[in-house]
Amino acid sequence: MSTVIKTDGLTKKFPRVTALDQLTVEVQPGVVGLVGANGAGKSTLIKILLGLAPATSGTGQVLGLDIATEGSAIREQVGYMPEHDCLPPDVSATEFVVHMARMSGLPAAAARERTADTLRHVGLYEERYRPMGGYSTGMKQRVKLAQALVHDPKLVLLDEPTNGLDPVGRDEMLALIRRVYTDFGISVLVTTHLLGELERTCDHLVVIDGGRLLRSSSTASFTEVTQLIAVEVTDRPDEPGFDAEAAVLARLTAAGLSARTDGTKIMLVQLEDDDTYDTIRDTVADLGLGLVRLEQRRHRVAEIFATETGGPSDAAAS
Amino acid sequence: MPLPPNDTAPDSGVIHNIGYRGYQGPRLGRGYATGALFVQGLRAAYGLGRSGKSKVLPMLVAAALALPALVIVAVAIIMKLDKLSVGYADYISLSVMGIFVLMFLAAQAPVLMSRDLRHNTVPLYFSRPITRTDYVQARFLAMAAALMLLMTVPLVLLYLGALLAGLPFGENTGQFAQGLFAALLYSVLYSAIGLLIAAATPRRGFGVAAIMGVMFVSIPLVGIVYGLSSGVGPAPESANWAALLSPSTVVHGLVNEMFSITTGGSLHAPGGIGIAVFALETAVLTGGSYWLLLRRYRNI
Repeated sequence: MSTVIKTDGLTKKFPRVTALDQLTVEVQPGVVGLVGANGAGKSTLIKILLGLAPATSGTGQVLGLDIATEGSAIREQVGYMPEHDCLPPDVSATEFVVHMARMSGLPAAAARERTADTLRHVGLYEERYRPMGGYSTGMKQRVKLAQALVHDPKLVLLDEPTNGLDPVGRDEMLALIRRVYTDFGISVLVTTHLLGELERTCDHLVVIDGGRLLRSSSTASFTEVTQLIAVEVTDRPDEPGFDAEAAVLARLTAAGLSARTDGTKIMLVQLEDDDTYDTIRDTVADLGLGLVRLEQRRHRVAEIFATETGGPSDAAAS
Repeated sequence: MPLPPNDTAPDSGVIHNIGYRGYQGPRLGRGYATGALFVQGLRAAYGLGRSGKSKVLPMLVAAALALPALVIVAVAIIMKLDKLSVGYADYISLSVMGIFVLMFLAAQAPVLMSRDLRHNTVPLYFSRPITRTDYVQARFLAMAAALMLLMTVPLVLLYLGALLAGLPFGENTGQFAQGLFAALLYSVLYSAIGLLIAAATPRRGFGVAAIMGVMFVSIPLVGIVYGLSSGVGPAPESANWAALLSPSTVVHGLVNEMFSITTGGSLHAPGGIGIAVFALETAVLTGGSYWLLLRRYRNI
């Protein structure tokens, strides 16, 4: 399958704010993360992609269908999992998902069959016959995912699917999202403000801020190995006042390497060639210190996001 | 000799994970989805597909509306009356059982509208092939059909009973049809107004109270204005214009005048102009409420 989502100069202006500003982006099949702080325009983008709100200007296609004129056809082929709670409490999961399947155009018998299949795939078993009011957050999130998948869409839009989940539930949800693409063959566009999650789940990241595209590239390129080595050493046990880091930094600088601390116990040394490792080892040994850590640094998505938006974001605290 | 452990389950009762299966079957599109929403709404109005206790009220009201019809029929048969003691159109009007129709509307219109708003199900529906107009249409038809069903059951009971009692076929069939026509007018007018009010609030309780308020408060208003303009003597023809003040009496007066029904209260649209005005008000109230309902959902 070719491009899943394609927008060209997409702009959405509300009376007082510009939610999307000349957004041009292409999304290929796979698990794609849509990253942005609250109010960055993620939800607006999803609404426009579903053909529910008209764009002020610009064009877009979802699965090759025009968002301005073929909204109904798009929504038949796309699943949507909203961020907020959307489950009536006095209805069972089965009843609800069957209903949503029929709302997607599935005949009654197929709707029941697909519902049973889908609920099993998301991990809901006996409890699916009970009213949803008594479900835990994790179970509710699974039902919400199931209703987005029940009509076997070609693409699902997941809005903050890990919201409110505990760490275990979050890991399970992320694994499930991964499986939606690898096992079910359904492309995924997932929004979240927790960057750590995207690093593990997504093939590709689209970063938007203030309605504008900051960056769109593969997750690997966000997290590629950088030319930095992290070094951590012990203190001298017999000399508590000795500043080990300062001594190491002084020696390394004298040896012609560029080195700095990052404010904690960890020093970052620029990698020149293979000898750099030897120099660090010898320096530490010379000073009679213990070497705790000597490793190549990988970028984390959060760092890039923080530098590109011009300041650390509280969203990066994942 | 013990068998080596076997990694395929020996008993056939185990559900195997057969992996994900795609769906290649038909996708029936917008019209079908709207129909599914209509059926779901109609069922929900009677508490079907919902918890046990949500069935109690609609079923009680339906029973309360239908049982007196059986009594009327029984009386007609036992006493060998030459006509039913209550007319068809009168039976569902405010002067006899209409209050139960309003109770059903007040209790169940919020079930169709407020619940979807409260639980944020509306945006989810709009992520499906249907449009906002389809949603309003399906909800309106579901409410109207629920009310129509509610009123049709006692009318059918009356009609069958009348035939069973050997009452004149032609006369009863005509009046039965008039009753159905009145029920249809009540259904569409009540639904449009009730749903509009219910869609204003995500709180079901507020919705119930607001519909009760609008529908019930206007009824004594009609009585007061009617009483004031009729003075001490017999009510002049002009006093009937008071019926315009309440949706219930508008339909009642319109039907009474159209079919020259004089039983069950004297309220009627005054003459030909009266019919035109009463019919116009019914149409404007229904159409206007429906239009406002469409507007309400335009930006959700």
